[in-house]
Amino acid sequence: MKTRRTLKGHGNKVLCMDWCKDKRRIVSSSQDGKVIVWDSFTTNKEHAVTMPCTWVMACAYAPSGCAIACGGLDNKCSVYPLTFDKNENMAAKKKSVAMHTNYLSACSFTNSDMQILTASGDGTCALWDVESGQLLQSFHGHGADVLCLDLAPSETGNTFVSGGCDKKAMVWDMRSGQCVQAFETHESDINSVRYYPSGDAFASGSDDATCRLYDLRADREVAIYSKESIIFGASSVDFSLSGRLLFAGYNDYTINVWDVLKGSRVSILFGHENRVSTLRVSPDGTAFCSGSWDHTLRVWA
Amino acid sequence: MSGSSSVAAMKKVVQQLRLEAGLNRVKVSQAAADLKQFCLQNVQHDPLLTGVSSSTNPFRPQKVCSFL
Repeated sequence: MKTRRTLKGHGNKVLCMDWCKDKRRIVSSSQDGKVIVWDSFTTNKEHAVTMPCTWVMACAYAPSGCAIACGGLDNKCSVYPLTFDKNENMAAKKKSVAMHTNYLSACSFTNSDMQILTASGDGTCALWDVESGQLLQSFHGHGADVLCLDLAPSETGNTFVSGGCDKKAMVWDMRSGQCVQAFETHESDINSVRYYPSGDAFASGSDDATCRLYDLRADREVAIYSKESIIFGASSVDFSLSGRLLFAGYNDYTINVWDVLKGSRVSILFGHENRVSTLRVSPDGTAFCSGSWDHTLRVWA
Repeated sequence: MSGSSSVAAMKKVVQQLRLEAGLNRVKVSQAAADLKQFCLQNVQHDPLLTGVSSSTNPFRPQKVCSFL
C-alpha cells in the first residue's frame, strides 16, 4: 500500500474529508476556511468555497453527490448545492442548517440529502431538516465537547455513535433522542468513532494513543489496538470493506494498519509531514484517503 | 435550589443506568465469533486486503496510454 495521489491546494491544515458515493470525488475542509471538492482520479479541483470562518472542522458529502455540508468555528452547519454552472456563485446558494452554541466538530448526512446529523463543542448532537433548518431531535448526555459521530450502516437501523472529550462513546436512538448504550474505557478524548461494516460493533480512536473495538450486542469493549511504541493520539479511524483492517491516523504523522481480529499491527504507512487529522476508506473499498496538517490529502491503495 | 436540581440530575442518571442495565447482552464469545464470521465472509470482496490488479484499480498508475 502506498500513496497513489497527493491532493495539494489547501493553504493550511486539512481538518476533515469525506468521499462522494461515486467513489471518486472527495470534499475536504481546512483551517484556512476553504472547502474544496476534488476528483481523486485526476487530482483536479472541481469546486471551492471560502467559508466566513476559519477552522472548518467538519465536512460531508450528500448521498446524491449534489451538495456538501460544512462547518466549524462559526457554530453552524451550512449546506452548499454543487453546481457546474460557471455563472453561479456557490457561496450565494448557501443554506444555514444547524445552529449550535459552540463549534461544529462533525456532521453527516443521514440516508438522504434531507437530514443532517451534527456534533458540537457544546456537548450535544442534533438532527436537522435541511430544507427548513428545523431541529428534529437533540441528543444530550455527553459531559463535554462531542468530537465525532458515525451513523450505523443502513441495514441496522436508526442509531448513531458519538465520541467526546468526556472519554465516553455513546450510542443513540435517532427517533427518541435516547442514549441506548455508553462506553467509558478510554483514558482520554475520543477523536473518532466508526461503525464496523456489519453494524454490530464500532471502533474508536483516542488521545490515549489506543484504538478500541466495542461490540454493541455484548455491550463492552472487546479489543484494544495499541503498542508501547505508539504514544501519540489517534485522530481518525476507519475500517476496510470487510472489517478485517482498521486504518488509524495518528498525531505522530503516521497511519497504522491494524488486523482487527488478531489485534496486531499489520503495517505502518509514512508519507505525511504533519499530523494526520482525518481518514476515510472509499465507498467501494478500493482506496482510502487521509488528510493532514501538512496541507495535503493522500489517496492510498 | 442546588439541592433539588442535583436530586433531579441524579434521578436522571439512575433512570439511564436502569435502562442500560436492562439491555439484553450477548456473550462475548458469541459476539466475537459473529464479528469474525462477518469478516471472513467478506474478505474476498475487500480490495484493500486482497489487492486489485492494475488494470481494474482506478488509482494504480496505468502504463499504457492509448490515443484515439
